[in-house]
Amino acid sequence: MSESTIKETTYKPTSPNSKLDFASLWEYAPAPESPAKLKIKNQYQLFIDGKFQKPSKGRYFKSVNPATEEEITEFAEATQKDVDKAVKAARQAFEGEWSSLSPKSRGKYIYRIARMLQERAREFAIAESMDGGKPIRESRDVDIPLVAAHFFYYAGWADKLDFAFPGKKPEPLGVCGQIIPWNFPLLMLAWKIAPALACGNTVVLKPAETTSLTAMMFAELVQDAGLPAGVVNIVTGAGQTGSEIVNHKDIDKIAFTGSTGVGKIIQKSLAGTDKKYTLELGGKGALILFEDAAIDQAVEGIINAIYFNQGHVCCAGSRLLVQENIADKVILKLKDRLETLIVGDPLDKNTDIGAINSKQQFETVNSYLELGVEEGADVYQSKCSIPDSGYFIRPTLFTNVSQSNRIVQEEIFGPALTVQTFRTADEAIEKANNTPFGLAGGVWTDKGSKIFRVGKGLRSGVIWANTYNKFDPTSPFGGYKESGVGREGGLHGLAAYVNLK
Amino acid sequence: MSERVEIQKTYKTYVGGAFPRSESGHYYKVVDSEGDFLANACRCTRKDFRDAVKVARSAFGGWSSRSAYNRGQILYRIGEMLENRRDQFVKELGTIGFTKEEADADINASIDRLIYYAGWTDKYQQVFGSVNPVASSHFNFSLLDPTGVVSILAPENSPLLGLVSVIAPVIAGGNVCVVHASEQYPLPAISFAEILNSSDVPGGVVNILTGIRSELVEHFSSHMDVNAIFYTDSLDKETKTMIDELASNNVKRVVKKIQRDWYEEDAESPYFIVDFQETKTTWHPVGF
Repeated sequence: MSESTIKETTYKPTSPNSKLDFASLWEYAPAPESPAKLKIKNQYQLFIDGKFQKPSKGRYFKSVNPATEEEITEFAEATQKDVDKAVKAARQAFEGEWSSLSPKSRGKYIYRIARMLQERAREFAIAESMDGGKPIRESRDVDIPLVAAHFFYYAGWADKLDFAFPGKKPEPLGVCGQIIPWNFPLLMLAWKIAPALACGNTVVLKPAETTSLTAMMFAELVQDAGLPAGVVNIVTGAGQTGSEIVNHKDIDKIAFTGSTGVGKIIQKSLAGTDKKYTLELGGKGALILFEDAAIDQAVEGIINAIYFNQGHVCCAGSRLLVQENIADKVILKLKDRLETLIVGDPLDKNTDIGAINSKQQFETVNSYLELGVEEGADVYQSKCSIPDSGYFIRPTLFTNVSQSNRIVQEEIFGPALTVQTFRTADEAIEKANNTPFGLAGGVWTDKGSKIFRVGKGLRSGVIWANTYNKFDPTSPFGGYKESGVGREGGLHGLAAYVNLK
Repeated sequence: MSERVEIQKTYKTYVGGAFPRSESGHYYKVVDSEGDFLANACRCTRKDFRDAVKVARSAFGGWSSRSAYNRGQILYRIGEMLENRRDQFVKELGTIGFTKEEADADINASIDRLIYYAGWTDKYQQVFGSVNPVASSHFNFSLLDPTGVVSILAPENSPLLGLVSVIAPVIAGGNVCVVHASEQYPLPAISFAEILNSSDVPGGVVNILTGIRSELVEHFSSHMDVNAIFYTDSLDKETKTMIDELASNNVKRVVKKIQRDWYEEDAESPYFIVDFQETKTTWHPVGF
């Protein structure tokens, strides 16, 4: 077939030089996952000392489905008295049953949790998408499987800790206060609870106020798994509840994942105490794309780097640095690809980008989109349709930006990518490192030596080369500079939960 | 014949491989164990600290990309030079109350400590790095990477061995540092700088300031281009709190390892190196 006979509409969607065209070849019928089998209670209590307990002040807050703006359920607000009760229960469990268990038995309880998570995986996935707005494809295929894998991985460490720290003897810390964010609700819970329990600690965990559902379902699972009372305590609430945990005198360690702003406040609150802490904070990951890269693969990688989970990812690749001579081509391909992304119902299996997690975050992202325009950037948004209600934002691309722009320096935490160019590798490294963050970065090139050279230059805790946003329980995760302190995951993640003697 | 008048040594600071005076032009008196005058030490200021951080930062790229083998050679060289000039230190420690035996023991332990960390430079990566068996088709490995610029409050009561014990693990791991020498006994630190200066340690990798600790702690803790602060003395609650609070402004790593006796077995360990390392994890797809 000669070139002239190929009509534009008959191009295969993957044809390298054509416009991507999915819609005219086939239509996507809605394929929603049904929430019918999911049993959501009208109200959830606090999980303290192995029991569901009413909050001392009797206050509850509503949880909203961000895709529909409808109320899903309500959660108890834990105040000072409740947090204290939870810490006491955790202390008692630490000094009692949990510490008297053999490491092997401790591991078995964690294995039990892992297995039950696998068994209830679909239910958790649906709840996660309803409560947090993330596409079911991600909660079903990424979040929940990783949650189970995380517990499975750390369960096995419980009786092998003596091999983890050469020349040292690890001892548990005691009671760990853990505060987690709303972007990967159950996965962050797993990252916190699994290593803490494996090392012999007990925990008081607070999920984010907009995404507490799967944490409470997890509490039910813990009960069913027969864990000794008080080993896992889950208290719901907003910032004030978190602050009660951070400032509680009988907590030995604070683990926090969230924004750099709040992380700094927590670090400051802990000043003068001997509490240990790990902080996993914000990021502004750079994606460095060299001219010799496999461009189409790189474009897929970039889409995944920034639009995965609506861009609510601390390690999101939110800054593209593309080599100057291929910039026009790459931007064109990115715009094309953007047009094929489906934004909408998180429960629909076709959906690529779900709902922004909350009204507040919706407003924050929108204010950054306006700021980008004020700063003189060129904005491109996909022309896709979005639902009438709920918090949805079209995938966005900013070109014509400079390094000092706030949209380049600050974490937007939404589906917005900035694009800058570079000429030399050194320039790319310099620009990539030129923010206060240092969580993650990406490199695309076909040349192995370049990967290692650029990877060495990047001051960030995770480097994804020719890939992005991959996670695994065996892989340590965490940031340099203002992206945090300490690592989670893998052998290195154990260090956060032990004293070395 | 009249007795020869001795030439006294001017003690300055050590910044960027040079020996500048404090920009302030101020000094404080250092006395010997009898309370008699020994020397004028520079009373360094915030500006001196900032200048030192600037040169430290610019030395970081070069030092952190030296091969592990080369860093080991240089640390070994520091030990060699100290061995070679031990008499100077015996004399200097003597003025502040060390007996000949105590001074010898202090210097021996200092040299041995340098050799100990020289040997770790090309080994800690193998002990503490990892290849991670991820479930997907990726090759994934974690390496340790130096944190960056470290500010160090050197032990107040161990002017040589303590000083060496806090500097060596930090630079062995590829970091650079700005050190506040013992306030009361700053002279061995400046003499140690002379050793560093003749041991192939690139200028700016170790910078040593003298001065009044209570005036400097704030700056050592608050500077936005410092990545970690390290101290080993037991500090009062107020100072400890201030360090932590100021450190939080840029999420500085605060490494406090209270060490009372630098001869103890736990006074040297690869964990002193690891405390100033970031874990960097790299993923790459595996496939054709």
